[in-house]
Amino acid sequence: MSRAGYVPLGERVAAGAEPLSRILWRFPPYRWCVTLLQRMGFTGRSAVIAIPYLWLLLFFLVPFAFVLKISLAEALIARPPYSSLFEWTEEAYLVIKMNVANYQFLIEDDLYWTAYLNSAKVALISTFFCLVIGYPMAYGMARADPSWRNVLLLLVILPFWTSFLLRVYAWIGILKNNGIINNILMGLGIIDEPIVMMQTNFAVYLGIVYSYLPFMILPLYANLERLDRTLLEAAADLGCRPIKAFVYITLPLSLPGIIAGSLLVFIPAVGEFVIPALLGGPDTLMIGRVLWDEFFANRDWPVASAVAIAILLLLVVPIVIFQRFQAHEAGA
Amino acid sequence: MAQSTRATPAQEPWNDPHAQPYIRIENVTKKFGAFVAVNNVSLNIYQNEFFCLLGGSGCGKSTLLRMLAGFDSPTSGKIYIDGTDMEGTAPYDRPVNMMFQSYALFPHMTVESNIAFGLKQDRISKTQTTQRVQDILELVQLSPFAQRRPHQLSGGQRQRVALARALVKQPKLLLLDEPLAALDKKLREETQFELVNIQEQTGVTFMVVTHDQEEAMTLSSRIGVMNAGEIVQTGTPTEIYEYPGSRFVADFIGSVNIFEGRITEDEADHVRIDSEEAGCSLYIDHGVTTTSGAKVWFAVRPEKIAISRDKSDADENCTSGTVQEIAYMGDLSIYHVELESGKRVRVTMPNLVRGVSDAITWDEQVYLSWRPSSGVVLMA
Ligand SMILES: Nc1ncnc2c1ncn2[C@@H]1O[C@H](COP(=O)(O)OP(=O)(O)OP(=O)(O)O)[C@@H](O)[C@H]1O
Ligand SMILES: [Mg+2]
Repeated sequence: MSRAGYVPLGERVAAGAEPLSRILWRFPPYRWCVTLLQRMGFTGRSAVIAIPYLWLLLFFLVPFAFVLKISLAEALIARPPYSSLFEWTEEAYLVIKMNVANYQFLIEDDLYWTAYLNSAKVALISTFFCLVIGYPMAYGMARADPSWRNVLLLLVILPFWTSFLLRVYAWIGILKNNGIINNILMGLGIIDEPIVMMQTNFAVYLGIVYSYLPFMILPLYANLERLDRTLLEAAADLGCRPIKAFVYITLPLSLPGIIAGSLLVFIPAVGEFVIPALLGGPDTLMIGRVLWDEFFANRDWPVASAVAIAILLLLVVPIVIFQRFQAHEAGA
Repeated sequence: MAQSTRATPAQEPWNDPHAQPYIRIENVTKKFGAFVAVNNVSLNIYQNEFFCLLGGSGCGKSTLLRMLAGFDSPTSGKIYIDGTDMEGTAPYDRPVNMMFQSYALFPHMTVESNIAFGLKQDRISKTQTTQRVQDILELVQLSPFAQRRPHQLSGGQRQRVALARALVKQPKLLLLDEPLAALDKKLREETQFELVNIQEQTGVTFMVVTHDQEEAMTLSSRIGVMNAGEIVQTGTPTEIYEYPGSRFVADFIGSVNIFEGRITEDEADHVRIDSEEAGCSLYIDHGVTTTSGAKVWFAVRPEKIAISRDKSDADENCTSGTVQEIAYMGDLSIYHVELESGKRVRVTMPNLVRGVSDAITWDEQVYLSWRPSSGVVLMA
């Protein structure tokens, strides 16, 4: 097989004899692609930037287009259970049928409005509690002895090693009427009747705060750990007491971490389905659950898709705020 | 210029046994783990002094300053400021402002609010704060940059903001960690001048770390030379330069020629040293306290050696060699002369006239001589 004088590509690159780009240049398809891209104004650097965009296109925009398409269809009892967007008629017309009724339905039916508002409320309150609990934890971790930091970090990440679903089920075991908490309290004689915690809003908040706390802690920790401590020394040197120094120095400088953590909690919490379904009661109305019901209980894919699109629009607002903020940070 | 105003004895409180030091550092040691960063330092600094700390990189200057400001506590020893033991006093309660070597500017604040930060902590009125910030900005020539953030400034500009932030509070004691290192020569001289002005007007006590000997010589009332965590010598610039206590100090401040030798005659008013390295017998007109035959070093500064083609009459303090190198520096010329022992000696000569035709040149045999009072004997 081997030809005389032939050196495998990998070895040639490893030997540093030729850069990879020059070897690739010999292959016409590569050359054509690069030339075409360059004509269009792309450079090597933009190729690197293009990778995340490609990723977004493939795994976000394309599925989004599908969902958008389905949301504009009509529900059918068929397989798939919706009408198609494009249709060829016999006279060779291409007919595009867009059904806006699903969206109309969303707007007209109070259920969706309340579900949206409730989701936003639950997500907002959970984010707040995550912040209030997570900030001191992240702060403590960042101030801990360096040899301890990795241990603490591991403890924060540890819950991810078990399935999310399992952990939520564990909470059922803890919270239910004959669960751990009630049994202990009754065993100690503190209460006679079990406290009803399952299937309440309290359980939902607890579940969300518990599940998403690491997403708050990690960006905050990353931010606070980077904070230059000589800044606090400088503040103290200028006569600033520690609490004031926290307010004037630490807090403003950790704002990017606060915002990143809050969005990492808020955005998935809005669409959360598992926790309200398992821990919440029938009156815990959240949009994720409505979406699930539309898909699987009603098998109304078009309405479900419309709900999904609407969630996305709801989430665009905080995402844009975040982007703005980041751009501001970078430009400031 | 700044020095001459301080030279009168009345302004030398360190020679007055009744004077109360403003800062008293007593046997202070700082260890990081097993590493000794500051080793048993004792130092008195008086009100209105401009004290310069000189020393190589990593010798513990910043650590000493940080202990004075209260960020690190001494492993052992005591620090008194204005008569009060500082142990347990937090940085924000000390009458001290420090300028950090790393500047430590607040990145989220403008230059103006960085400087105003300290004044705000003292609840100084808004109008007065603005006025003082403006004045200090003018002083460090940063008025046009008041609204910028630190990352929009050059290194030297940042350094000036840090300096302004420490100066604006007008504390009793200012600790400056290399305040002028990043400035160009002209700006540095202007700022030095301003520092002296501030000190004379407000009576602040300065403790300044610098790497710049010239700066230390012109600004300071006294210099403390540090090496490996210890203060090896303190004294006025003249004392440090003319009477160094050890080879380290002699070598660290300015350039110097050091000859190894043995004492042959040790009297109260003079010593004789026999030095193979120098190639002659050395006569020094000050006594030392040591035994005859002990190994000592003789240090003489390059500008105190005369170079000529003719041999002088005396046998002592006169040696010969060949010129290896000549560097023309404009105001003076530097000659490197190799003695018979192989020792290279550095000699500087002011260029008094222009274009001397029969100047000493390369490979010429020359005689070097100096006066009995020109050098010092060093024991270590
Ligand atoms: N927090 C610390 N932990 C361990 N070692 C330290 C610490 N701070 C300083 N050191 C060590 O103490 C020694 C003195 O440091 P210091 O910062 O005082 O030096 P310096 O004289 O200011 O040097 P430079 O002129 O380079 O600023 C150095 O060897 C340094 O590595
Ligand atoms: Mg330093």
